[in-house]
Amino acid sequence: MIEPGADRPMHHAREAHAHETEHQHHSPTPIGFWIYLMSDCIIFGTLFATYAVLGYSYAGGPSPADLFEPSFVAWETGLLLFSSITFGLAMLQADKRNVNGALMWLSVTAAFGLGFIAMEIYEFNHLIHIGAGPDRSAFLSAFFALVGTHGLHVTGGLIWLFTLMVQIKTHGLTPANNQRLGTLSMFWHFLDLVWIGVFSFVYLVRLV
Amino acid sequence: MLLAAAGALALSGCQYEILSPSGWVAEQERNLLIISVLLMLIVILPVLFMSVYFPLKYRADREDQSDYDPEFEHSNKLEAVVWGVPILIVVALGWYTYVYTHRLDPYRPLDHLDAGAPVEVQAVSLDWKWLFIYPDQGIASVNELVVPAGRPINFSLTSSTVMNTLSIPALGGMVYSMAGMETKLHLIADEEGTYPGRSAHYSGPGFAGMVFDTEAVSDAEFDAWVEGIRDEAEPLTRASYLELEQPTMNVAPRQYGSVEDGLFGRIVELCVEEGKVCMGHMMMVDEQGGGGLEGVGNAAAYSYDRARTIDGFGNLIELPPLESNGGHGGDHGAGHGSDEEAMNGDAQNSLSYVLAMDPDALCSPTGAQTEAKTNGI
Amino acid sequence: MASEHGQPADTFSPIFGRFTLDWIPIHEPILIGTFAGVALGGLLFLALMTYFKLWGPLWSKWVVSIDHKKIGIMYMVLGFIMMVRGFADALMMRAQQAVAAGGSEGWLPPHHYDQVFTAHGVIMIFFVAMPFVTGVMNYVMPLQIGARDVAFPFLNNFSFWMTVSGALLINVSLFVGEFARVGWLAFPPLSGSSYSTGPGMDYYLWALQIAGVGTTLSGINLIATIFKMRAPGMKLFDMPIFTWTALVTNVLIVAAFPVLTATLAMLTLDRYMDFRFFTNDFGGNAMMYVNLIWIWGHPEVYILIIPCFGIISEIVSTFSGKPIFGYRTMVWATACIMVLSFVVWLHHFFTMGSGASVNTFFGITTMIIAVPTGVKIFNWLFTMYKGRVRLELPMLWVIGFLVTFTIGGMTGVMLAIPPVDFQLHNTLFLIAHFHNVIIGGVVFAIIAGVVYWWPKAFGFKLDEKWGRQAFWGWFIGFYVAFMPLYALGLMGVTRRMNMYPDAGWQPYFIVAAIGALIILYGIACTFICFFVSILNRKELACGGDPWDARTLEWATQSPPAPYNFPQEIHVVGREAFWQMKKEKYAFSTEYTSIHMPKSTATGVVLSALAFIFGFAMVWYIWWLAIVMLVAMIGVGIAHTFNYNRDYYIPADEVRQSEAKGTLA
Repeated sequence: MIEPGADRPMHHAREAHAHETEHQHHSPTPIGFWIYLMSDCIIFGTLFATYAVLGYSYAGGPSPADLFEPSFVAWETGLLLFSSITFGLAMLQADKRNVNGALMWLSVTAAFGLGFIAMEIYEFNHLIHIGAGPDRSAFLSAFFALVGTHGLHVTGGLIWLFTLMVQIKTHGLTPANNQRLGTLSMFWHFLDLVWIGVFSFVYLVRLV
Repeated sequence: MLLAAAGALALSGCQYEILSPSGWVAEQERNLLIISVLLMLIVILPVLFMSVYFPLKYRADREDQSDYDPEFEHSNKLEAVVWGVPILIVVALGWYTYVYTHRLDPYRPLDHLDAGAPVEVQAVSLDWKWLFIYPDQGIASVNELVVPAGRPINFSLTSSTVMNTLSIPALGGMVYSMAGMETKLHLIADEEGTYPGRSAHYSGPGFAGMVFDTEAVSDAEFDAWVEGIRDEAEPLTRASYLELEQPTMNVAPRQYGSVEDGLFGRIVELCVEEGKVCMGHMMMVDEQGGGGLEGVGNAAAYSYDRARTIDGFGNLIELPPLESNGGHGGDHGAGHGSDEEAMNGDAQNSLSYVLAMDPDALCSPTGAQTEAKTNGI
Repeated sequence: MASEHGQPADTFSPIFGRFTLDWIPIHEPILIGTFAGVALGGLLFLALMTYFKLWGPLWSKWVVSIDHKKIGIMYMVLGFIMMVRGFADALMMRAQQAVAAGGSEGWLPPHHYDQVFTAHGVIMIFFVAMPFVTGVMNYVMPLQIGARDVAFPFLNNFSFWMTVSGALLINVSLFVGEFARVGWLAFPPLSGSSYSTGPGMDYYLWALQIAGVGTTLSGINLIATIFKMRAPGMKLFDMPIFTWTALVTNVLIVAAFPVLTATLAMLTLDRYMDFRFFTNDFGGNAMMYVNLIWIWGHPEVYILIIPCFGIISEIVSTFSGKPIFGYRTMVWATACIMVLSFVVWLHHFFTMGSGASVNTFFGITTMIIAVPTGVKIFNWLFTMYKGRVRLELPMLWVIGFLVTFTIGGMTGVMLAIPPVDFQLHNTLFLIAHFHNVIIGGVVFAIIAGVVYWWPKAFGFKLDEKWGRQAFWGWFIGFYVAFMPLYALGLMGVTRRMNMYPDAGWQPYFIVAAIGALIILYGIACTFICFFVSILNRKELACGGDPWDARTLEWATQSPPAPYNFPQEIHVVGREAFWQMKKEKYAFSTEYTSIHMPKSTATGVVLSALAFIFGFAMVWYIWWLAIVMLVAMIGVGIAHTFNYNRDYYIPADEVRQSEAKGTLA
């Protein structure tokens, strides 16, 4: 049925401008990105499940206790957690329309993120060098795949972060850029959450 | 309808092995098939009828359109029927499923049939033929399965490389054979006869040739067959097994007069070859926390698939053995490129390490937990 | 040596990777013939396109278009083209099995035959059925909810072209190298690096991975569309059934496809970098692959069939002149199927040695799915009950669907009973069953949908005579082709055998081959029907509402203008268009300018790069793969620097275009 009162707005031309603000307001991007994160979550879930199944198949090779250094992992985790906090601070600056403040905190976030990735590359390189590469056992395959997938996501996040910093620098905190910043923020916190899973499930419980 | 047609055909010949089976297991499975079809026909037949009748009865150009009811879109009574009837049928089917699935569990021995002493058969799917080992008789055959009629057959299944299924439709359902695992299947042939068997899971270029005849014979004939082989045929040792295991296609039946002790266990645990660690031992070591950092160097003792690499036509591809000392294992473990640098593995070292940890590691399969693995997930 | 043939030597060069000219199958007359055919056809196509100066319009109006309607049509074109490829494979299999009995090897050696059945399965599921359902959802769903386009129009274009890239990669494998010989789900260890050397399996992995990106993104896109872009006033329980099924389907896509992505990625790591996920040695576990692939695979079959349920619902309701019977039941039944489809995967491998209790559980959950599915069938029947059923072309397909799908459903429940499955697993009974539900279900429903919405998309109906010929070809052909396979299955005949010892089976295979030829006639008539109708489009022109339809997509012009609806529609209740007709609603003649997204070539460029990337990975051409990867990232970043993504269609233009078209 057609709403009785509704034929007025339908028969009346709307101003383009009003239409546009409404369009911005109803942007499907947040929900779309949220659905994407859910699908990503399932990829990680599959890898976690794989690690749960294969995580004890060492094929006569090393186990987590032989390979993982608790303090090293704690530093990695610290870097990523702090990067989430600094991203939050950048968002606060962006809310205040402070371009320089936002950029400053985004740079700090990027630095933490780079530190995290550097540590992970160091760890992988070290493991492969001592012969504990992904081809040594199903456990190591599952470990490299899960942690590596997270690392690739963080790398992707960093590329996005740098791109967005350039865009904020050139265009300022426009509505479009603000939306992108909000989306990236969701992504960054999501990766943090996944890392907490990795940290507890891959490292912590296997070292205790 | 379908069943009636199929049933009529079944009477005309004995090809319909699933509908006119020759063993207790297959017969039970056939009965369940017919029960399920009859139960479903209760709802399927009316649906098929209405699918054709309704569009014809209510066609737009019919003369009397007084029954046209353009607003009719809901009826609690009809809804109750459309949910209720299928639910009732599924409840009945579910009950049959529960009873029969437990009764016909392929892992369940057929002792309850009181049909005489079972025959143990260890079936191994090789590329691309079946090896049947008779542990109690101490003989083995390839692509030929002879069993005494009227006695249960207890199959233990495994595979040397890829997945297959052992399928003898006239006697009953199939079960997969998988490398590094042992699965079970229990069948019986009620009458003497020849029943075709095959692999029913695609396994590579020689797949279509993985067929064999199952000869169900009298006890006396079975014994005579066993004796004949025992006197005549060559022995199946670890060495001759490794030769047999090489990929071949459309293999004619052959026999082995004796079987080396524990061979099937070694096949299951992937350690027929010299210098390979049996899976049971690997699992024991892993359960105790793995081989530690010292263990990284002994990869070659665990490598299995690499030595069995084949091309698309089923020819073996010779690859240099896996490098064994630690240090660079991960850097260029990749694939089968000829660019790979020459391997100079320190196999002796790693072997001595494995033996130091567990002196029995290369001597005997333990049978540990491989079965559990198949049921795990 | 197991065979007198061998595969080209394993070499590696830094420039060409492992590709050598030996990998071009010049010794295969069938492939050379096919190549010649494709090349000639391709040249003719290029020449005609150039002669009629169509390259520019093709590029600007179609390739870079982000209009959901055009993308939907392109999906359907892709589906039909790939159907011809997949059906050619089917004919080859039928021809081989019709002759390869009792010791005869037939004319296809295993090396070729095994590629054919693998390619047939992969193509028909991923590049025929998936584009079909995605295409129909893309075209119809936004119109049904009164939207201007999907939520992310650019992403939609990108998704489509990624699917095309995957399809192209599979077709390239025909002439460059080989395809996988593993069956459509590629169980390891057979699909691992030791037992599937050569590029075939890698073509499989990269084709599916690239197309999978497109499918997942399209799923996300369409969910967001349904949640955010509905016309004002349209509540979830006011949506047409087809839109509901689209929602459920896309939720399934988003929930299931990531599992496929992760699983195939793990297999890729196994093959490329010696990971040990699914190997026999080093603690790998092939059973895990079987579980994971079916955790995706079972929902996948519902991804294919659920939108078809939606299509059937729309057509039955329209042609019976009644609202759908039991709307709410229909929605809840669909939702039930969505949830249940995730807890039945183990029924695909009852024979792998799970315990009786596990088998019972999965058997019963599977049967439970039959309840909501049965309810749907009853609801369609009761929609016709006391109706005014017009037996036009779409309805003919629907009746074919109802009869055939019901039989397929019954054989499906038989296979859900573990002890019955022990016997029928991997037999031709299984093959007959899933063709019964995929041809009788998906294909019949999709063609019904094409016939039904064709006037919407093009403004004229399809030719009735050829349409009926097509239906009878498909319908009779299906039964002649697959009833013998049911019979063979009851004899215990195994699938995927390139030859078989028992000559007693041969008559059945010959009948099945004849059935395939009858289906070929049906397919030919389908294309002739399109062709004849396009020629006679003037006579077949039918206005905006040829079927006396009920849902919103028919409220606008046929074909719809790029902006779909000249004004926003405020909806109250179900069957919006039916209500509008009852109230004699007309669009206002005062138009405003309409805000629209701009076309962009980024999607097609990215997909082309992805295609080359996939090809480079298949052949180990590492430098090219790296260059393509960097280029993809570069193009992606460059795209984000474009802030100028929309434009306005001026009110005058809207007025002109509305004056031309037929108003509801």
